[in-house]
Amino acid sequence: MRVLVTGASGFLGRAVAARLVAQGHRVSTLQRTSSTVRGAADILGTVTDGPVVARAVAGHDAVVHLAAKVSLAGDPADFERVNVGGTRLLLDAAAAAGVGRFVQVSSPSVAHHGASIVGEDAAPADPARARGDYARTKAAAELLALGRDAADLHVVAVRPHLVWGPGDTQLVRRVVERARAGRLPLLGHGAALIDSTYVDNAAGAVAAALGAADRVHGRAYVVTNGEPRPVAELLAGICRAAGVRPPAWRVPPALARAAGGAVELAWRVRPGTDEPPMTRFLAEQLSTAHWFDQRRTRRDLGWSPEVSVDEGLARLAGGPAGS
Amino acid sequence: MTERSPAGVVDPGSFEGVEPSWSRLVTAPDADGVERTWHVLDNAGDLASAGAAPVATIVCVHGNPTWSYLWRSVLAAASAQAAGGGRAWRVVAVDQLDMGWSERTGTRRRLAQRVRDLDAVVRAAGVEGPVVTLGHDWGGVVSLGWAVDHRDELLASAVLNTAVHQPEGTPVPAPLRLALARGVHGLGTERTTAFLDTTLALAHPRLTPGVRAAYRAPYRTAARRGGIAAFVADIPVDADHPSAGELDRIAQGLRTLDVPALALWGPRDPIFSDRYLDDLRERLPHLDVHRFEGAGHLLAEDVDVAGAVLTWLGDVADRREDRDASPAADARPAREPATARLWAHLDALRDDEGTALVEMAPPRGAGPRTVSWRLLARRVDEIARGLHAFGVRPGDRVSLLVPPGADLTGVLYACLRLGAVVVVADAGLGLRGLTRAVRGARPDVVVGAVPGLAAARALGWPGRRIATHPLPRATTAALGVETTLVDLASLGAAMRGAPLPEPAQDDVAAVLFTSGSTGPAKGVVYTHAQLGAVRDALAARYGIAPGGSLVAGFAPFALLGPALGARTVTPDMDVTAPRTLTARALADAVAAADARVVFLSPAAVANVVATADALGAEDRAALAGVGTFLSAGAPVSLALLDAVGRLMPGAEAHTPYGMTEGLLMTDVTAQEIRAAQAGAAAPGGVCVGRPVPGVRVRVSALDGDGRAVGELTADAGVTGEVVVDAPHVKDRYDALWLTERASRRTAGPVDGAAARTDGARWHRTGDVGHLDAAGRLWIEGRLAHVVTTPDGVVTPVGPEQAAEQVAQVHRAAVVGVGPAGVQQLVVVVETVGDRHSARRRRARPRLAGPGLAEQVRERLRERVPASVAAVLVVPVLPTDVRHNSKVDRARVAAWAEGVLSGGRMVAP
Repeated sequence: MRVLVTGASGFLGRAVAARLVAQGHRVSTLQRTSSTVRGAADILGTVTDGPVVARAVAGHDAVVHLAAKVSLAGDPADFERVNVGGTRLLLDAAAAAGVGRFVQVSSPSVAHHGASIVGEDAAPADPARARGDYARTKAAAELLALGRDAADLHVVAVRPHLVWGPGDTQLVRRVVERARAGRLPLLGHGAALIDSTYVDNAAGAVAAALGAADRVHGRAYVVTNGEPRPVAELLAGICRAAGVRPPAWRVPPALARAAGGAVELAWRVRPGTDEPPMTRFLAEQLSTAHWFDQRRTRRDLGWSPEVSVDEGLARLAGGPAGS
Repeated sequence: MTERSPAGVVDPGSFEGVEPSWSRLVTAPDADGVERTWHVLDNAGDLASAGAAPVATIVCVHGNPTWSYLWRSVLAAASAQAAGGGRAWRVVAVDQLDMGWSERTGTRRRLAQRVRDLDAVVRAAGVEGPVVTLGHDWGGVVSLGWAVDHRDELLASAVLNTAVHQPEGTPVPAPLRLALARGVHGLGTERTTAFLDTTLALAHPRLTPGVRAAYRAPYRTAARRGGIAAFVADIPVDADHPSAGELDRIAQGLRTLDVPALALWGPRDPIFSDRYLDDLRERLPHLDVHRFEGAGHLLAEDVDVAGAVLTWLGDVADRREDRDASPAADARPAREPATARLWAHLDALRDDEGTALVEMAPPRGAGPRTVSWRLLARRVDEIARGLHAFGVRPGDRVSLLVPPGADLTGVLYACLRLGAVVVVADAGLGLRGLTRAVRGARPDVVVGAVPGLAAARALGWPGRRIATHPLPRATTAALGVETTLVDLASLGAAMRGAPLPEPAQDDVAAVLFTSGSTGPAKGVVYTHAQLGAVRDALAARYGIAPGGSLVAGFAPFALLGPALGARTVTPDMDVTAPRTLTARALADAVAAADARVVFLSPAAVANVVATADALGAEDRAALAGVGTFLSAGAPVSLALLDAVGRLMPGAEAHTPYGMTEGLLMTDVTAQEIRAAQAGAAAPGGVCVGRPVPGVRVRVSALDGDGRAVGELTADAGVTGEVVVDAPHVKDRYDALWLTERASRRTAGPVDGAAARTDGARWHRTGDVGHLDAAGRLWIEGRLAHVVTTPDGVVTPVGPEQAAEQVAQVHRAAVVGVGPAGVQQLVVVVETVGDRHSARRRRARPRLAGPGLAEQVRERLRERVPASVAAVLVVPVLPTDVRHNSKVDRARVAAWAEGVLSGGRMVAP
């Protein structure tokens, strides 16, 4: 298959592109900087640029769309433009170019209202109730993509949850840097069960969804390792793998949520160059359970995770994030 | 003027839980030929939409002061079942005239009219084909009136809390007396909504505002409440009442009603108490009964009546289809072979001066008391005759609140001999549990010592009262005691030689109550043949022959001694507190009767071992003569068995596996446990040994949701629910039709096409386990505690044992959190460190540190298919104190579920 992967300079995008190359697909990648994926043809550009998108999509059988503005804070208009606008441009281009498959890489946060998720399957995306600009715009984008599912354009949404692994600039680097600076608190007792996804497993699931798109199109799948762990244990595991001391100080979840809300406001009024240390969304993510029923995902996609949490942590210790 | 139905103004279909399409009006001449309009709820449209032809029509009749709204769940469930491709039942729920949304006639209708009115509306609603009647309260009477008059159309009859007869000489229930009292009647029922509100307040739990409003809606004005008043006034309080004749006709008609019948009952009903259920049972001996402990008068609001009725009707229809398919087939399970009568040795040894009972410390008086076979046989005979003279008849229930000892033995065998049913509930249930148990068993007579009788009086337990011994006159009067066993024995002595009825082998002999570890205690019914089989299994397994002797430090065995023909010694101890047995007292008891067999409970074993230092040389010599030792009633550790084995070097130490529903299923010796453990592998568990003679043990494999659906198998290595069959398995649960149905199994897979019966009475134990290659049974936990992970089911005991291998772990509980089928495995431990008393007070529940968590995961990795999501530490695991201090896994699971979803880290 000729596959266009967007956002391939990102942590997961790179892994997806590399896997598709390894599977023998002809892979092009669209992102602002080089993907560094060996064997893939780089197209440099942004998903918000219509003509660039149209040219990039042309000639492909499938699009795997990962490019997104992923951040804990920022201008809401930017989220809208990149996450919703970019998706729309890609879908339009895909339809125009006769692309048959479209994998929308989404996030479980599109259906997360702030309460605990305990063993549930993917709920419908819900922009109105999603928490924060990222989740809200990703929810709108997923609805948009699944709404375009048709007999000649098979759209499937995949929602990997908390992707991590060596080279991760999102979760792992944030955790490690904050822990190193002594700025990583535990919220409450840290026992809330949180599912996560080792990067290779997430890439495998995206590739599996691409392969299964003709069977499972029109649906959304949450993807995780299926190994929920107490949040404190997961964070401590990442810290240990990176050789930093795990967090030892605790903040009550309610306080963290309040602080997160205040910080969000402050960043909005006077955006800094760094990220806010805490947002309401992050506070909720770290103090409530969220783990999922993976049976439908595994059955429908014909996929199961290859790397366990423990194995992943061992690889992390030997990888670049640890150094 | 009569007020016409306001159905045009208020839409009865608009209420919570009612489909608008169910509601309609029908018109027909009433009992007196006057044209009337009825409101009915009817799911015929749903069935038509589903394309389903009904098997029969369930005609539902509400009581006073409700309306057809009461039956909305039955309509909904029946329609859902039909839509799902299941058997289709049409449900027609009528509003009686002057009630609900039916016409206000301005008349005061009598019972006979109401029965004919019902027929009129049934015809007008277009009911065709077989009919099932379902009625509640006075609607129960009306529906049964229709049933006895239309037997040729009747498929089955079911009632919820109702009454067809006011027993002579007993007063009408107090709340009704009040409602009927002059000046109160009209005020309470018609001019105000007091009667209505009182009835609606009887729901447990309380009705939601929407449901409450729906019940009140048709009765907003006094004019609309005339029917409520008329209904109350139509209760036949005495034989001269205008409706007394019709009620009596219906009550008599029931005696010949031979269709399947069901009574669903809420015992917390101030009006229709259990005595009316007794009356129905007496009229309809084949009546299936389920008493929902904790539920009350508005049963249809309290419990899933729809599910119960449809399940029961499904069986009725199945049986009819089976009968149609092969008329010769007999659906009744095979009966047990007859056994020697339980009193056979008493008869045989009636002139023997040898010792039957030895009480080392009798309740009144010092020193050992010896009772010869001759004396015991005579005493039993006298009490039996005395009870008969007192009015106790075969089948009557006698609740025994007598502490273990010679008195209890005497009255127990007297009851068995007479054919009276003994009701035995363990004082360990606590007063509340005991009250429920005794009320549920509906004893005709209570025999007790002062504490038991005082409780019976204070808590209003039913039954005539007999004291074990003479009491001061004031006490006798205060406790409502009519006579004493001593007096009955004297009375019986005077009648010696007179013929006494003898119970049949299949007659009910006893109702024993479960420990109540899972919900309210359940009454378990045994027939004479089944109790005889218990005795025979015990005799066969432990080699207790007539003429032998045993020491009973565990009360139930003291009772079985005479049936075994064995000399029975009760040691000097408080039998209700087994831990009071000392090593010296045990040695004395063994020496007193030269006993070869010793029965103890684990608590007694522990104290015997703890007090062994006090044993002298003679004591040790006496104990050395014991050949068989048994610890029963609760699990016992191998270490404890070994320790007591050292005190009785000549004895083989046994421990049995069983339950109230099957008292002796398997047995294992300390030696066997040791050998089995040496070769044990996953999934682990507790080895309880091989089936005793006559017992078959099978396993039903679990599906991914932890349901035992597999075909019964004796194959080694299959983990599933343990299912047993034996001549001494219970006959049934008492007044728990649904529970009984759920406890039974056939050999084939559940939901499979296998034959319905294979002649066995397979009992589901609720335990999970497996058989090993040597035929030994291993118990892996309770079915309700199985963890259903996406990677497979996990039984708790094996992984708990593995976790307890970690040096830091003192005790572990393995539980699941999350929805069935995707549960996560969680290990909750007590640590050795926390058990240090100094730290214990400061210890808090917490997440296990990385070292401990890793060690626990490592131990479980090879044993279970799923990985451990979390390891939590608690200072003390919650235990069920009443039940052998077992860890309360259900409570641990609920706690872990809260904590692991971000809830507060409080103590479990």
